[in-house]
Amino acid sequence: MDRIPILRMGETLLVTIQVDMQDQTALTLQDDLAGQIAKTGASGVMIDISALEIVDSFVGRMLTSISGIARILSATTVVVGMQPAVAITLVELGLSLEGVRTALNVERGMELLQRAREESSLGH
Amino acid sequence: MKNDYAPLLGALRDEEEPIIDEWMAELPGADVGARRAARAEASELLRKLRESLQAGADPEGFESADWASVRDTLSGLSRSRAAQGQTAEATSLFVLALKKPLFASLQRRLAAQPEALGPALWSLSTTVDRLAQHTVSTFQQVREDIIRRQQEELLELSTPVVKLWEGVLAVPMIGVLDSSRTQMVMEALLQRIVETGSGLAIIDITGVPTVDTLVAQHLLKTVTAIRLMGADCIISGIRPQIAQTIVHLGIDLQGVSTKATLADALSLALQKTGWRITRDK
Repeated sequence: MDRIPILRMGETLLVTIQVDMQDQTALTLQDDLAGQIAKTGASGVMIDISALEIVDSFVGRMLTSISGIARILSATTVVVGMQPAVAITLVELGLSLEGVRTALNVERGMELLQRAREESSLGH
Repeated sequence: MKNDYAPLLGALRDEEEPIIDEWMAELPGADVGARRAARAEASELLRKLRESLQAGADPEGFESADWASVRDTLSGLSRSRAAQGQTAEATSLFVLALKKPLFASLQRRLAAQPEALGPALWSLSTTVDRLAQHTVSTFQQVREDIIRRQQEELLELSTPVVKLWEGVLAVPMIGVLDSSRTQMVMEALLQRIVETGSGLAIIDITGVPTVDTLVAQHLLKTVTAIRLMGADCIISGIRPQIAQTIVHLGIDLQGVSTKATLADALSLALQKTGWRITRDK
């Protein structure tokens, strides 16, 4: 079974999805990610789905729930590099990924996470 | 059954030239070139008809393979006439005009045996009617093809995605928004966002005549898709009446930036992307 690697870059966890997501892969990723956020105390999670060409409602829901889980563990999630076809599919499925932050590419995603970090430090 | 077609076949074989002459005389006046073209078509059609009848084709089963060559000839005829802008009426009249000379010919041939005349005329009538029917249906099909192609061209023409500024794209929507239009605009816009890496898209609906719940739903879908890609969206060109309609219909545009004009949207976009414009004087 595929296991998606989670890379740590400073305070950010980087997940790059490069295979078609099976339901089991998605569930494992969710588990791993929750564990990693808790363990490393990361403040940001970036999920790069630029290589993902096929999504179903399950993967869409997984993105939402990962974002929810991360928020509870006080980390911001940003989904980057979504393909047009994937965006259209998700919209047609009625999934708008409420509460999930998005960015065009990894660079902008990093900026967004940086900003979120600054905002939260101001809030404290 | 076969016997009913024997006199018709005989007429086609022996009197081809006189029949064509009479046929052409039946047609309303046209210039010399058109007449010559019509004559060539007529003789081609008669030849194909004769061959098919000779091969034992049955006009009752006009859709069968026996009639393929006749059908092709007729299709070609209708197609060229549709392209020339002739009416369906004129095209079917051209084929139906064949009836009279063949009628006369059969009458002459079967003058001695009136009991055979009835079935022979009936078979002739069926055949020519089938030919005419086929012409009209092909004609219609060709017209529909033309209309469909024009619709597609119009669809492509009406959805340009333009770059307004570094990182700012705009789509001026013109005409009624339906699902296929929205789909097309959405795809084109998302594709351009990926290509240019633009963080902001402005959808201008100045040219959209009315906004109802369906149109609003289409717009919201586009906005959601843009957001999912990681870009932002502003809807501009909302006229006062349309703003009223949106509120009366109870459409929720919360979370979507809206501006009255494209200029306002652009200045908001520049502000969001961190540009500041100053004027010298």
